[in-house]
Amino acid sequence: MNEGQPFIRWDWIIDNLDQIGRRLGEHVYMTLLAISIGFAISFALAMLIRSRPGLYGPIIGFSGILYAIPSVALFALLVPFTGLSVLSAEIALVSYTLVILIRNIVTGLEGVPPDVIEAAVGMGYTPSQRLWRVELPIALPVIVAGLRIATVTTIGLVTITTLIGAGGLGYLIVNTGIRRFFDTSTYTGVVLSVALAIAADLLLLALQRRLTPWARARAEA
Amino acid sequence: MQDAAGAVVAFEHVTKRYAGAESPAVDDLTFTVRAGEICVLVGPSGSGKTTTMKMINRLIEPTGGRITIGGDDVMSLPAVELRRRIGYVIQQVGLFPHLTIGENVSVVPRLIGWKARRIAERVDELLDLVGLEPATFRERYPNELSGGERQRVGVARALAADPPVMLMDEPFGAVDPIRRDRLQNEFLRLQEKVRKTIVFVTHDVDEAIKMADRIAILARGGVLAQYDTPQAILASPASDFVERFVGADRGLKRLSLARVRDLTLIEPIVVHAGESASDVRRRLERTDEIGYALLLDEKERPLGWIDQHDLDGDGPIDPSAAVPGPTPVQAETTLRDALSVMLASSVQLGVVVDERDRVVGLISVDAISEALRTAPAT
Repeated sequence: MNEGQPFIRWDWIIDNLDQIGRRLGEHVYMTLLAISIGFAISFALAMLIRSRPGLYGPIIGFSGILYAIPSVALFALLVPFTGLSVLSAEIALVSYTLVILIRNIVTGLEGVPPDVIEAAVGMGYTPSQRLWRVELPIALPVIVAGLRIATVTTIGLVTITTLIGAGGLGYLIVNTGIRRFFDTSTYTGVVLSVALAIAADLLLLALQRRLTPWARARAEA
Repeated sequence: MQDAAGAVVAFEHVTKRYAGAESPAVDDLTFTVRAGEICVLVGPSGSGKTTTMKMINRLIEPTGGRITIGGDDVMSLPAVELRRRIGYVIQQVGLFPHLTIGENVSVVPRLIGWKARRIAERVDELLDLVGLEPATFRERYPNELSGGERQRVGVARALAADPPVMLMDEPFGAVDPIRRDRLQNEFLRLQEKVRKTIVFVTHDVDEAIKMADRIAILARGGVLAQYDTPQAILASPASDFVERFVGADRGLKRLSLARVRDLTLIEPIVVHAGESASDVRRRLERTDEIGYALLLDEKERPLGWIDQHDLDGDGPIDPSAAVPGPTPVQAETTLRDALSVMLASSVQLGVVVDERDRVVGLISVDAISEALRTAPAT
C-alpha cells in the first residue's frame, strides 16, 4: 500500500479501459483454448479407457502427476523448450485440466445404469448410437461438473501465465500492479479474474440445466 | 396392428458352451414356440433359462445348433437389425432417464427411420394400449413415474415397432406381489389383443403357470426337462426333477390354473355413503348369507365392509366404521392369488373389480374349494 494513494483510482481504470478489456479478452481466450484442447484430449483418452479399462490407472496416474507439479515450476520447465510464449502457457494449462476432465468423463459413463445399457443393446442400438444417444447424454451432468471445476481452476491459473509473458488479467495483477506498487491495477485484475470464474461457472451450470431437464424432474405424484 | 402377430420361434439342437467351462450352459435344446403363444422358460438358477432367451436376440451367441424366427435363421441378419425386430423387456425396465416417456416409447421406430408423424401416432396408441393416458404421460420423465407405470412403459416400448416376437426377462420380478398380479393381468389382456410370440423368463413356478400357454422347464446344465402346457405339466410331470421343481403342493398349484373368471360371482349388497342405516340393515336381513355390506365410493370402487352389527339407529351409515376389505382381485387373477388375499383379510370374501377398479362381484372361499373339487383330477 502506498501512502497518499486512494484505494482505487477510478480515473486510471477509465483511462485504461482499452487495456483492461484487452487483458480480459486474452484471459477468456487462453481459458477457452485450454479447456477446448484439454477436453478434446480428455475425451479421446476417456474413449480409449472405455475400450481398454486397464489403461485407466496409468492414464489417471500420469495426469495426476502433471496436476501435482507446481504451476510456476511447470512454466519454468517448459520455457527452455517452447519459450516465453502462449504455447508454453497453454501446454501447462491443458495439462492441469486432464486429470479432472478424464476422471469426470469416465465416472459419468460408468454411472450409466447397467439396465439402461442392456435395454439399449437389446433394442438394437449400435455401439456408437449407444454412446452418443444414451451414455453421453446420461453422463452429461457429471461431465459438465468436471468442466466447471476445470474452467474455474484454469481461470485462476491463467493469471500466473503473465510470468512467462502470456498476458491476461495476470498482467494487470503483476506487471502493472505488484511490480509498480500500483494497487488499483492489481485489484482490477483480481476482481475481474474472480468475476470471470464465477460467471463461467454459472454459465456452465445454466447450460447443464438446460441440456438435462430430466435430471431435475422429480416424482411429485 | 394384429397383422404382425407372432412368428414361430424354433430351437434346433441349440447349445451354448462357455470357453473353459466343464459343462455346457445350454445343452442341445430343441423345442418350438408356436406363433402367438406365451412360452415361459422356468428352472432353478444355473438352468440356462436367461441364456436360452438371450440367444434369440443374440445378446448371447449359441455355440451350436440354430434358432429360427418365422423360419429365418437369427444368424442371417446383423445382430443390431435382428434386435430391432424383437421386443425386449427386462426386470429393471431400463427406461432411458434422459428421454421423456414418449421418446422412450419411440426409440426403436426412430432407429429404423419411421416418419415423425407415424411415430407420434404410434406413441399415443401404445400408451393407450398399456393404460397410460398419453396426454398425461407423454412429456414426463421416467423418474416421475411409479414402478408399475415404468414397467408398462417398458412393455409399450418393446411393442413400438410391432415386432412379431417379444422377449421378457423376469419383467414383473421387481414389483410387489399385489401390483405384480395386476401387471400380469393387464399383460394377459394386452396379449389377447396383440397375439405376439412371447418368450418369458421367470424363476417363479406360479407365475409360469399363470402366464404360460406352454412352459419349458429347464434343469441344471441347460437341459430341457419338460415342455408342455401348465395343465399337462401339473397333471403328469415327466420326471422326478419336474415333480420336485413344480413342488409337493401340486394340488394347490392347480389353483394357479383357474382364474377368478371361472367362478360364479356372488352379488354383493352394496351401499354408498349417505344411505340410511336402517335401510341397509333391512337389505342385509333379507339375505342371511354374508352379514356384511360392501361400501363403495361414487365411482363404484370398493372402500370396505360394513358389519351388520355396526348398523345402529336410523341415521346415515358411518363410512368410517367400514372395515377395510381384502385387496381387490380381477377376472384374470388366479384362484391361488385370490385365496391368498382372502385368507389375509378378516372378511373372507374376495372383491372382484374390473380394469377401472369398479366392483363386479364377490367370491368366497367355499366357491374356490368347490371349483377345485369339480376340476378334472390331476
